[in-house]
Amino acid sequence: MSGALAAAATTTSTGEAVQFWVLGTVAVIGALGTILMRKAVHSALCLAGTMIVLAVFYLANGAYFLGVVQIVVYTGAIMMLFLFVVMLVGVTAADSLKETLKGQRWLAALCGLGFGILLAAGIGNASLTTWNGLGQANSGGNVEGLAALVFTKYVFAFEITGALLITAAVGAMVLTHRERIERARSQREQSEARVRTGRNVPPLPAPGVYARHNAVDIPGLLPDGTTSELTVNATLRGRGQIRDVSGEALAELAALEQRSERWLGRKPKGEDGKGANGTPANGTSANDAGNGANGNDAKRNDANADGKGVDERSEDAEHHKGVAT
Amino acid sequence: MSPVYYLYLAALLFTIGAAGVLIRRNAIILFMCVELMLNACNLAFVAFSRLHGNLDGQIIAFFTMVVAAAEVVVGLAIIVTVFRSRHSASVDDASLMKL
Repeated sequence: MSGALAAAATTTSTGEAVQFWVLGTVAVIGALGTILMRKAVHSALCLAGTMIVLAVFYLANGAYFLGVVQIVVYTGAIMMLFLFVVMLVGVTAADSLKETLKGQRWLAALCGLGFGILLAAGIGNASLTTWNGLGQANSGGNVEGLAALVFTKYVFAFEITGALLITAAVGAMVLTHRERIERARSQREQSEARVRTGRNVPPLPAPGVYARHNAVDIPGLLPDGTTSELTVNATLRGRGQIRDVSGEALAELAALEQRSERWLGRKPKGEDGKGANGTPANGTSANDAGNGANGNDAKRNDANADGKGVDERSEDAEHHKGVAT
Repeated sequence: MSPVYYLYLAALLFTIGAAGVLIRRNAIILFMCVELMLNACNLAFVAFSRLHGNLDGQIIAFFTMVVAAAEVVVGLAIIVTVFRSRHSASVDDASLMKL
């Protein structure tokens, strides 16, 4: 590749052109996504994509060491640090769309456009006629060439870089460190305080465990079938991220009971042997089979009783039948 | 294709990053836009290194990466500290030096 680079004076190969146009499009889309996505996590992912594309461009331009460093340091370390901070600061915190300064967005976009035109005009006016290529500079190896420069011509800047990194590490520790003001309460003191207040003395109840759902965001059921908020973590409760599957579970239980009764040959409750349908809400069909003239009436009643439990519904239909006959 | 297009791409990415800094108000996203601008500069440096046929541009890009890493560490620490005291990462809310 280095030989080809040295030979290429002003143009590049077709393969590199195809690579540039395809990946350049991806890079620009990623950059636009970074500034247009509302959530910070999506912005970070778009930026990571752009950085990987830039690493490929570095490799294509003969900067092999920088290409690898770009992937390891930028997408590996810096973007993951960004994601960590996004998680700390709050994933769900989306940017507000309210403008504090009137017309600031359009002015900013206009400024960006003007700046881009200036840059492009500057590049267009420059007389970049010959491309030397890195064939000669990379002849002894890219990393060796960089090392020779870093430890000779740029050695002073390299030393300063060390001081900068130490300062940054110490600064981050100083900024994020928090001194504990009061003494941490021991486990015994916490339990004594709990007993003294008399609320939630035993451990809090566990989240709900169902046949198909077993996670911390699913609340457990109280004996009367309602969900208990106390079984879910306070953070999830605060975010409103509670997944209630109790209605689903109750409907499945009713369907299972009906299927097992049919399998055992028993007549399901409120049915007279004719219409053995598989739906949990069997009140309507029972009515249809029982007294045909009354079926429509029962259906309407059933529709009125929408939103109630399965048992309530069939009871309602039975009650209606009793009244009509 | 002329390799000058790499410079145009770098200019475009830099412009997008600069517009993002002006448009957005979430401090973390502002930081990401600054990173995008630094990356665009790095791409220009690498392209110039190829243009001139020596490795000085790559050395400068390397130093830029080091400085960007240090900047991100300190900047994100500041964002976390501000978020702790104000419970907001928006730069509009941080209008006072002290809460």
